[in-house]
Amino acid sequence: MIESLVFYFFAAITIVSAGAVITARNPVHAALSLVLTFFSSAFIWMLLEAEFLAITLVLVYVGAVMVLFLFVVMMLDINIARIREGFIKFLPVGIALALIMFGLIYYVVSGDQFSLESMAAPVAKAADYSNTKELGMVLYTEYVFAFEIAAVILLVAIIAAISLTLRRRPGTRYQNPSEQMKVQKQDRLRIVKMEAEKK
Amino acid sequence: MTLALNHYLVLAAILFSFSIAGIIINRKNLIVLLMSIELMLLAVNLNFIAFSHFLNDLAGQVFVFFILTVAAAEAAIGLAILIVLFRNKQTINMADINEMKG
Repeated sequence: MIESLVFYFFAAITIVSAGAVITARNPVHAALSLVLTFFSSAFIWMLLEAEFLAITLVLVYVGAVMVLFLFVVMMLDINIARIREGFIKFLPVGIALALIMFGLIYYVVSGDQFSLESMAAPVAKAADYSNTKELGMVLYTEYVFAFEIAAVILLVAIIAAISLTLRRRPGTRYQNPSEQMKVQKQDRLRIVKMEAEKK
Repeated sequence: MTLALNHYLVLAAILFSFSIAGIIINRKNLIVLLMSIELMLLAVNLNFIAFSHFLNDLAGQVFVFFILTVAAAEAAIGLAILIVLFRNKQTINMADINEMKG
């Protein structure tokens, strides 16, 4: 009973904030609503006993990806009036397409094959069951190559993001640490021998 | 009344159709488009986790783990491209990004 209440509460928050993401005027509000969506979905994932992924969603998504989104949104000078063009024009098409999509998916998933009769709710795990440990056991044995490929993908993403946005502006003064380290005494200091001046 | 798999799947379906609507109605706004894609991935992840829970199989959660990895990479590169685009053209309006015709 309490599980149903928690589910409906967070499902309602998820749906309302997802609606706010796609209709918000200001991209900053959209990003913040997306943060709320991720938060409430993390609670629903907790309900599904996927604790590790729920925490990952909050740490990685809310903590890193959404902060990146907010940085970019606030860095760019966006003309809100111009990017809102066509919002009203495309609204009926969008709603119609979403309704069709939802109707089709609902037709499939609301059937009897996914109800409690044909797919019973699993027994709740014991209190000392560790989702993180179990996930690690599969991840580092059965899926170890996929895991390494994921690491490579992240490395590629880092290099790509940095090399795309890196730029050297001409005329900018910056320090060159290796030159600074290599400098010798004779490069900087010149001793000029000269006669003492007569008064 | 206990929660069946239907409940989670319908919630994921609602999120997915919201993100489709978001992609259609925010066609001029590249940032909200990227956010809609994130929302879509979230709906898919919810499906995976619900099935993983009800089938008592951890493979679904492992898959979500990889989807999160790829989504983070996609967001980082997408936003980097967005910044380069804005630097070069001073706009992120989709209507102004029309030089690569055909």
